[in-house]
Amino acid sequence: MCCMSKVMVVTSGKGGVGKTTSSASLGAALAQAGQNVVVVDFDVGLRNLDLVMGAERRVVFDLVNVVQGDAKLPQALIRDKRIETLSLLPASQTRDKDALTEEGVARVIDELRERFDWIICDSPAGIEKGAMLAMRFADLAVVVANPEVSSVRDSDRIIGMLDSKTQRAENGDRLEKHLLLTRYDAGRAARGEMMKVEDVLEILAIPLLGIVVESPDVLTASNMGSPITLHNPASAAARAYTDAARRLLGEDVAVSAPPQRQGFISRLFGRKAAAA
Amino acid sequence: MSLLNFFTRNRSAPVARDRLQVLLAHERALSGRPDLVAVLQQEILAVIAKHVPIDRDKVVVKLDRGAQVSTLAIDIEMPHEARGRR
Ligand SMILES: Nc1ncnc2c1ncn2[C@@H]1O[C@H](COP(=O)(O)OP(=O)(O)OP(=O)(O)O)[C@@H](O)[C@H]1O
Ligand SMILES: [Mg+2]
Repeated sequence: MCCMSKVMVVTSGKGGVGKTTSSASLGAALAQAGQNVVVVDFDVGLRNLDLVMGAERRVVFDLVNVVQGDAKLPQALIRDKRIETLSLLPASQTRDKDALTEEGVARVIDELRERFDWIICDSPAGIEKGAMLAMRFADLAVVVANPEVSSVRDSDRIIGMLDSKTQRAENGDRLEKHLLLTRYDAGRAARGEMMKVEDVLEILAIPLLGIVVESPDVLTASNMGSPITLHNPASAAARAYTDAARRLLGEDVAVSAPPQRQGFISRLFGRKAAAA
Repeated sequence: MSLLNFFTRNRSAPVARDRLQVLLAHERALSGRPDLVAVLQQEILAVIAKHVPIDRDKVVVKLDRGAQVSTLAIDIEMPHEARGRR
């Protein structure tokens, strides 16, 4: 069954756009759909996925330990307490990114392929070694972007790297790329302060996987250490992630249009805030 | 925002604070020896391996960092070797 599994990198170039949130949420949504999922934190030195997924108290070994042979893979995997089919492979908090080697990562990914349907690689920001290794063995990529100029520019750069530096690209194989627009703010879009979805899509020219609105629900979920699809499945952000997961599973789900107009009250407050 | 929402919407912040306090206390305490658990595991296994054959793939290490105490559990599967056979 090894070849059925998919390695999916969640990447962006720019920092803070929502890669870790999206890795945890997509991972949880896929696992809730019955898939066997592991989310791997590639942000060596700055691990955070364990916190977002609420597993921080249980980390013993990490990706670097496994790559360097100090621990066996099963010892480093942390099984989620709420979703049986969801696991986490944490990053090291104490080493630096040079602790990872391409051969080591290749070995771990091969081993993960034997156990999981989905291997989700949460990339660090930037375009250096950590980000390169996170994308290196990907079968498909989720490019996370916010609708603002610097994020879109960095996404374009990352798309170029996906098309040149991954193993698939080097072998001349196809690498599916999907755009996930996150932190979409309806108020700012209505005021014309944020790029329009159509504009981002036209510039980046890769298919849209979903639009996740900017929402305090996301912060609450990360405070609680629970992916939002679990903590608040009815919220708009959770539904966007759940729908995105269904699309990844090949279902034909239309991307619901981003909220265009707001209620009277929030419009009033939005204007005030803008004027202040 | 509903009234209920108004009173309950910040409930997650104290949870976040508690989680961070526990985590950071442990991370700071371990800053000199981040591999303590790995070292403990290695040495415990070495002692046991002197007396019983063990399969490293069958060793499960579990840690739970608590506010007051942490628990480290190392499960080691010890195969029953039929004596005298083979
Ligand atoms: N849809 C959203 N609504 C509100 N806040 C969000 C949303 N998505 C992410 N955030 C917040 O944005 C911050 C950055 O998110 P996250 O850590 O997922 O980004 P990242 O791309 O992984 O960052 P880094 O590049 O540092 O790894 C976090 O505080 C997170 O809670
Ligand atoms: Mg991150």
